Amino acid sequence: MSDNTAIAHGAHDAPGDTHSGGHEAHPAYLRHHFENVEQQADAAGFAMWLFLLTEIMFFGGLFTAYLIYRNWYYPAFVAASHQLDIFWGTLNTAVLITSSFTMAMGVWCAETRKQKGLVLSLVLTFILGLGFLGIKTVEYKEKIEKHHVPGFHYSLQSFINPQSDAKIHEEYPNDQPLATDMARHTEVYFSLYFAMTGMHALHMIIGIAILGFMIYRAQAGAYTAGHVTFVENFGLYWHFVDIVWIFLFPLLYLISRHQ
Amino acid sequence: MSATIINLPDQSTARIPKVNYLTKENGLLSWLLTGDHKRIAILYLVSITFFFFIGGAMAGLIRLELLTPSTDLMATDTYNKVFTMHGVVMIFLFLVPSVPATLGNFFIPMMIGAKDLALPKINLLSWYLYIAAGIMIIYTMATGGVDTGWTFTTPLSTHYVNTNVLTTGLGVFIAGFSSIFTGLNFIVTIHKMRAPGMTWFRLPLFVWAHYAASILMVLGTPVLAIAIVLVALERTIGIGVFDPTKGGDPILFQHLFWFYSHPAVYIMILPGFGVISETISTFSRKRVFGYTAVAFSSVAIAVFGFFVWAHHMFIMGVSNYAVLVFSLLTMLVAVPSAIKIFNWTFTLYKGSITFETPMLYTFGFMGLFTIGGLTGVFLGASGTDIHLTETYFIVAHFHFVMVGGMLMAFLAGIHFWWPKMTGRMYPEKISQLAAVVTFIGFNFTFFPQFILGTLGMPRRYASYPPEFQVLNVFSTAGATILGVGYLLPILYLTWSLKYGEIAGDNPWQATGLEWQTQSPPLTENFLVTPIMDHEAYDYEWLEKQKEKEVTSVG
Repeated sequence: MSDNTAIAHGAHDAPGDTHSGGHEAHPAYLRHHFENVEQQADAAGFAMWLFLLTEIMFFGGLFTAYLIYRNWYYPAFVAASHQLDIFWGTLNTAVLITSSFTMAMGVWCAETRKQKGLVLSLVLTFILGLGFLGIKTVEYKEKIEKHHVPGFHYSLQSFINPQSDAKIHEEYPNDQPLATDMARHTEVYFSLYFAMTGMHALHMIIGIAILGFMIYRAQAGAYTAGHVTFVENFGLYWHFVDIVWIFLFPLLYLISRHQ
Repeated sequence: MSATIINLPDQSTARIPKVNYLTKENGLLSWLLTGDHKRIAILYLVSITFFFFIGGAMAGLIRLELLTPSTDLMATDTYNKVFTMHGVVMIFLFLVPSVPATLGNFFIPMMIGAKDLALPKINLLSWYLYIAAGIMIIYTMATGGVDTGWTFTTPLSTHYVNTNVLTTGLGVFIAGFSSIFTGLNFIVTIHKMRAPGMTWFRLPLFVWAHYAASILMVLGTPVLAIAIVLVALERTIGIGVFDPTKGGDPILFQHLFWFYSHPAVYIMILPGFGVISETISTFSRKRVFGYTAVAFSSVAIAVFGFFVWAHHMFIMGVSNYAVLVFSLLTMLVAVPSAIKIFNWTFTLYKGSITFETPMLYTFGFMGLFTIGGLTGVFLGASGTDIHLTETYFIVAHFHFVMVGGMLMAFLAGIHFWWPKMTGRMYPEKISQLAAVVTFIGFNFTFFPQFILGTLGMPRRYASYPPEFQVLNVFSTAGATILGVGYLLPILYLTWSLKYGEIAGDNPWQATGLEWQTQSPPLTENFLVTPIMDHEAYDYEWLEKQKEKEVTSVG
């Protein structure tokens, strides 16, 4: 940091390579208050990680609630999680992991200045993100039809009388009917299910909106001229949203599959 | 100046430099779209003062109602709304951003020798979020208010009241993001933007204190955000996370809420500690005693602060073991706080003390914060807490810490850095008077409330048994004096913008880097990036600088 004499040579070294020795002589994107490009990229990256830390704390509240209520109302949580469709959940996990891959490709393309590759990767990520939300809609629709949305004429039928729910009963024939007071606690499960997946979906929607903006800018040639901080940081955000789902999927869908 | 061994520089030759951050650009847009941390600090200062007076007006109404035992000024419902808005406005719109967003914003980059905060746009965004939150909260006030208390306690807030919980909650949510962005910006700046030679242990303690507070902002605030989201979802669509009829647990809300809101009191007080470290060193002309201990005590408070939240819930049905553990942990926080108070006191020892206004406020802070802190130990001890909680003892305790502590520190800081921010001095005599009036008024207002609390007067009621009236009259009379004490600085500080004496670069002969540049500073803060070649609070270094210096001003 002490050396602020910028040496102008090799004005096109890869920006990802922060220790290459030569600085660009004041590229246009270097904001006035930074000494050099490395410091600027360093600060932006660090800020993004801190922001993700706040996001962890945000979701942390929900995970805490899940942990507590799962311990309290174990049978209700098992029965309620049997209502979730493993097929759609698995498919969505695959969709989301693939979108993380395309996003990583996007970052790589930006760093190596491949404009077409960047636009393609971003568009793919955009489509996969929308695909995830589409699948989520299918799942939500089923919950609405079964009156499993808390607060809206919530129905205990599937839990008091498992036979009435033919499809689930076929899949989990050993599920015993729950007593009414325990069955009522499935509403807590679905409260958490909607709060957690809803907050996750909200993050996806924000991400997709930003992706749209990035595709527009990338087509105009942004991000592939050396200044890749925005793409890198958005990549971190996207992977974070992915990781949240990686925790949600087993906790909501898988953990009670064999109980 | 009175007779001391210190010769403050002659101000008669000083001129306000023609080019500075205030004059560089003109027009409303140059302020509203600025990236300059100093201008954003001024924007914050103006808006925070505005909200402080709204919250203060609420406080005035509360004290007026409590002048008599019966409810004669306002109906009980109105009273509930007034004290709720007082709490919401004062906590989220004044105390949390008070020192960090104004003084911190202005001086952290200057103290570490940077040109700006690392993320100027995020900084501006944080101010806009703050304003949006302020508008939301004013809007709720205008359209019927909210009466849950600032704690939004469930199930009251989710099921039983029919007031503007949602809009207020949204306002607090947005204000939270403003605070997160401020904290995040500070952490990044302190890590990545320090000037050459500015090692961690050469940072002014003001910076350390803000670093600790920023950690709390970044880690605590999101938990408040999710708690509010869940309250909103419960209120609108009726999910059951906190609803006991559905199997949810209202205590979980308390846990999530206090997981933020206890650290929040350290968000409020830590920056104040930072101010006191600066003023006490400057006006004693001594390095802060035990620099490292004071620096680490800030971090220790931040860390301990995350593990004491349940002491707000001793009577709410948490288990006895939890009470035991949280009671112990609460006592632990007293240790770093005491380290600070003791070290500041040792700093005074054999110092060349002068009694300018910032120092008067600093002394006020040390006395009142000590009382506030020690009564906190009463409340942390579970036995006494059961008697004292939900009484005026609590009210007095947190006002001693927040008003007696933080507000005193805020005013100390404002006066201390006023010459640097504006280039002009505040009028010394009247401001010393204001500091004394504030101190007297404060004690009159809040000390009787300790007694009321031990006698058992409950908080949050518009009426009370007649035998409590004498002490309440004392309290209301004191609040009037306090009001005068707060009005005075507004008047004379505004006056000084035009008529104040011109300050010069370093009117206090303080050592921080912010004083080694012109006042008001340039937009880039420094002509050349400073190189830090000495420790913090090195008064000998400052003397040597003066010898080298050619006498030129401006």
